[in-house]
Amino acid sequence: MPENGIGAPVRRREDKRFLTGKGRYTDDINRPGQLYAYFLRSPVAHAKVTRVETAQAEAAPGVVAVFTGQDMAADNVGSLPCGWTVTDRHGEPHKAPPHYPLVRDKVRYVGDHVAMVVAESYAQARDAADLIEVDYDELPAVVDTKEAMSGTQIHDEAPSNLCFDWELGDKDAVEQAMSQAANVVELDLINNRLIPNAMEPRAAIGDYDSGTDSYTVYSTSQNPHLLRLILCAFVLNLPESRVRVIAPDVGGGFGSKIYAYAEETCCTWAAKKVGRPVKWTAERGEAFVSDAHGRDHVTNVKLAVDQEGKFLALKVDTTANVGAYLSSFSTCVPTYLYATLLAGQYATPAIYANVKAVFTSTAPVDAYRGAGRPEATYLIERVVEVAARQLGMDPAELRRKNFIKPDQFPYQTPVALTYDIGNYEASLDKALEMIDYKGFPARKAEAETRGKLRGIGLSAYIEACGIAPSAVVGALGAGVGLWESAQVRFNATGTVSVMTGAHSHGQGHETSFAQLVSEKLGIPYENVEIVHGDTGAIPMGMGTYGSRSLAVGGSAIVRACDKIVEKGRKIAAHLLEASVDDVEFKDGQFTVVGTDRSKSMGEVAFTAYVPHNYPEGVEPGLDETAFYDPLNFTYPAGVHIAEIEVDPDTGITQIVDWVAVDDFGRVLNPMIVEGQVHGGIAQGVGQALLENCVYDKESGQLVTGSYMDYTMPRADDLPSFRVGMTVTECTHNPLGVKGCGEAGAIAAPPALINAITDAIGEEIDMPATAEKVWRVCQARFAQAAE
Amino acid sequence: MPSLSMTINGKQVTKDVDPNTLLVQFLRENLSLTGTHVGCDTSQCGACVVHVNGKSVKSCTMLAVQAEGSDVTTIEGLAQGDELHPMQAAFREHHGLQCGFCTPGMVMSAVDLLQNNPDPSETEIREWLEGNICRCTGYHNIVKAIQAAASEMRR
Amino acid sequence: MYAFEYHKPSSVEDAVAALSGKDDPKIVAGGMTLLPTMKQRLAAPSDLIDLGGIAKLVGVREDGGALAVGAMTTHAAVAGNDLVKSRIPALANLAEGIGDPQVRNRGTIGGSVANADPAADYPAGLVGLGATVVTNKREIAADDFFTGLFETALEEDELITSVRFPVPQKAAYAKFANPASRYAIVGVFVAQTDGGIRVAVTGAKGSVFRVAEMEQALSGNFSADAVAGIKVPADEMNGDLHASAEYRAHLVTVMAKRAVAAVG
Repeated sequence: MPENGIGAPVRRREDKRFLTGKGRYTDDINRPGQLYAYFLRSPVAHAKVTRVETAQAEAAPGVVAVFTGQDMAADNVGSLPCGWTVTDRHGEPHKAPPHYPLVRDKVRYVGDHVAMVVAESYAQARDAADLIEVDYDELPAVVDTKEAMSGTQIHDEAPSNLCFDWELGDKDAVEQAMSQAANVVELDLINNRLIPNAMEPRAAIGDYDSGTDSYTVYSTSQNPHLLRLILCAFVLNLPESRVRVIAPDVGGGFGSKIYAYAEETCCTWAAKKVGRPVKWTAERGEAFVSDAHGRDHVTNVKLAVDQEGKFLALKVDTTANVGAYLSSFSTCVPTYLYATLLAGQYATPAIYANVKAVFTSTAPVDAYRGAGRPEATYLIERVVEVAARQLGMDPAELRRKNFIKPDQFPYQTPVALTYDIGNYEASLDKALEMIDYKGFPARKAEAETRGKLRGIGLSAYIEACGIAPSAVVGALGAGVGLWESAQVRFNATGTVSVMTGAHSHGQGHETSFAQLVSEKLGIPYENVEIVHGDTGAIPMGMGTYGSRSLAVGGSAIVRACDKIVEKGRKIAAHLLEASVDDVEFKDGQFTVVGTDRSKSMGEVAFTAYVPHNYPEGVEPGLDETAFYDPLNFTYPAGVHIAEIEVDPDTGITQIVDWVAVDDFGRVLNPMIVEGQVHGGIAQGVGQALLENCVYDKESGQLVTGSYMDYTMPRADDLPSFRVGMTVTECTHNPLGVKGCGEAGAIAAPPALINAITDAIGEEIDMPATAEKVWRVCQARFAQAAE
Repeated sequence: MPSLSMTINGKQVTKDVDPNTLLVQFLRENLSLTGTHVGCDTSQCGACVVHVNGKSVKSCTMLAVQAEGSDVTTIEGLAQGDELHPMQAAFREHHGLQCGFCTPGMVMSAVDLLQNNPDPSETEIREWLEGNICRCTGYHNIVKAIQAAASEMRR
Repeated sequence: MYAFEYHKPSSVEDAVAALSGKDDPKIVAGGMTLLPTMKQRLAAPSDLIDLGGIAKLVGVREDGGALAVGAMTTHAAVAGNDLVKSRIPALANLAEGIGDPQVRNRGTIGGSVANADPAADYPAGLVGLGATVVTNKREIAADDFFTGLFETALEEDELITSVRFPVPQKAAYAKFANPASRYAIVGVFVAQTDGGIRVAVTGAKGSVFRVAEMEQALSGNFSADAVAGIKVPADEMNGDLHASAEYRAHLVTVMAKRAVAAVG
């Protein structure tokens, strides 16, 4: 392994700029003559807008323009699209009501966009917004997922607020198995609604150049090309060739920065209207109300199990809240990223899921770290744990009994996916050993002497990453292909620029992708630069989400490197006066097989650009582009075990130990991978213990609209984590990699809730707040006292 | 508009500012010191932490005029030329940052911790970081980095 | 933040003078509550009078067997003060647990006490220790100072200059923090003072209060068991997203037990 090659824990090159305050985030950028935008947002959850009077605001100091939905309508601005069509169980496409960047007749959630004020300063824009008069004819709010279908209708297009009623799997087979099973374990679960809260609030600058009739858009985006595509093709009707989207340093995304939002759309549109750059930066309060939220499922799950503990069938009924409008990928999250994962790590022969997606008067809901897969894993791993308890079996052994075995791969699940490879027992065994599972009863007894209730909880998760084979997702309704691109460009002096369509906003691609290229081309790591986040500089790309960057984007880089080597062999063969077939490439050297005659990659690159002595019919230059479309999803899997102690007096849960054993396939940079695991677990712990997005049922106001009420995990809420790895290499991509970004967030919630329910002996919904846990403890002590 | 003077990263700065300018706005907008970030509006996330007269404060919850005559250090002033401060170096060595947005405030806060407590326990570090929210790292490597910096700086 | 006139007087007298004749003047001490409120445009004072220039208001000194803490002394300064740490360690602990380190470096005792946030820690310390609030005009017993939700006995032109804490025999503070804001959901300060046992609770109601039943029980038997069975009525408690009234009432007992145990 070269010092900085694949597998080395190379320290990140991006860190110097971040550590010295030289990162360049969107809000750090200012354009000459720039104006500032402020969005007047709806203070009510659901209302007809009968009047918007902007004259006073327009006359306020510093104001350049005030825009409403009517202004955008007059300009034929379109609706923000949802990019994935889900066909319901009756063969109908999902209901797709329009989602205009500024509302035209109705507001549908607190924070909805009523008007945009553009002024010389942000303060002036905000001051002027106070002067806009809006008449709201209020309608009842609908916030509760379970009750949404009986609530006031939010869109004319969607009776009963139903977006779609969708199914997957063999219902008859599942019902038959249920009716004959020795045991049917049933659970009602809530997968709580979360607010992503990347630390950098969203921001955008629209900049229009009338000389070239072109736009530059700076945006906090995880996928600048996709943003450009949506802005141009669907909303603003602009040629993509005239729009450049730059996503500079981006301060975390976790899904929330995948989507095309109203604000960057408005800034882009307004830049031409006012003839000056228009900048907007969200305040955290705006982020709370207007970033796409995550999760929000209500689910009933039934697991049929035979006498010996073999799983026979799984039936899932879910209502998923999609919010007031469909965000860019709202529809695929509770369907194809969710129900397709319901086999988990188990060889359950029959599975059926029914998912109803409902509109409510809340912020749009879309993918948040894990996106569908945490919801699937949560219900599987909870019902399996409860099954073990009801059957009196060890939860680890019940899992082991039902695992898909290594010799069963490739394994076709009953819910559409084909797992290529895995070894679930290996991860389970390692995790059990690391946590000293056998020693748990003694630790529990010791905790009791201190008045603490100790619990242990497992989670054996699987996820589908490396999204995704374009033909497959296309057949399922995706409006885009999910390949990735890479361009590997040698410079004459031997340095390499790699343009990738993936976007790094914390993942460290500038380091790990350079490691990959360094090893593949046998050139020094320092000679490789990674370029991302600028549609003006890189080939069309699909961005970063769904743990896809290395599995898909990295594979594209490998393919581009392969092309470089292939061309290099021709050049080297010519220089070495050998046949191309006799030239092999290894460790940066092109060598005539069986001789010591060779040319280095650097010499070949130089020759390509200074082709004085050059093979006939070969183009000069060494610059190759590759697009990679994956053959299958990748299937990272693993086992997390949480050990906790509950203080029955207060209900406070303390995490005392956490073991994570993950199989991510081949690992490029273990330091970065472990960091991804830590961060994922923290977000999963947040969901299970602390975080909850709450809307007031009556008013539809967001109750948890700041860090005063929305509990972000802090350093003192978390332990240090113990991370282990097992490896089965992905069989269908050139790197053998699977993806690691979401695993922690998927694995953690059921592990923690299983541990807490183990400790307190009762079911509890997320987040397991101190008061909820205390109430269970109280009830049990009262029972025990009787 | 009152004229305001202070020392920032060792340099004397005099500017006219409105009294309702926050220190963080003054740094970012008037002085283009954009390393100090704004991540919330309720004084909780800590992305804006700088040192005023040697102590860590949230520059989003202090008026620029309140820093009149003060000695202010921002993340841009921590390294000595090309040589990273031991805390910065430890964050890099131990992968204590991912997206980098909370990092300047996190580092400035951690430096103040070691001024108060040169040999903090893991619990003390975690408690000190109450005012700094990170969404990427799960804090694991931040804690490791601070422990490593503490041990390096005690040498 | 709306525009305002900024004043930085160098004496209490000048500060009081600056208050007069203004539309809607506000005093800023540490600004930890006022500035966020102004940022969110929930307050729009015409004038801001910053006490940060009055050196006399900073510091801790002995005052006839008591400790006088200047109004502009930061929480960090109280927490780190040797006099406080040696004479009233419970007060140092309380200050050490307010907000986060950066809040403690700016927030002041005078600002916290004058603001009278129902979830602030200092009110429990003041009432629990039987402190006296000293203003430019008079002295007010802590028991009489906190009059309601964000309400105090202070008059319009009255400034806190210091808080005088009698030194207790022993004391301790136990806090159950809101997981999000980290303010007190319930904080209980227990002290053995010359005037008897005092138990003061913050966070649970609109304003700090004493629990007479616990004080009596502890006078006879100073042990955690003595308060374990004493429940405060839930119907007067605050209830919110993070803790219902019933849970808060329960936590008053739990935190009282823990404070008593910590007193030893």
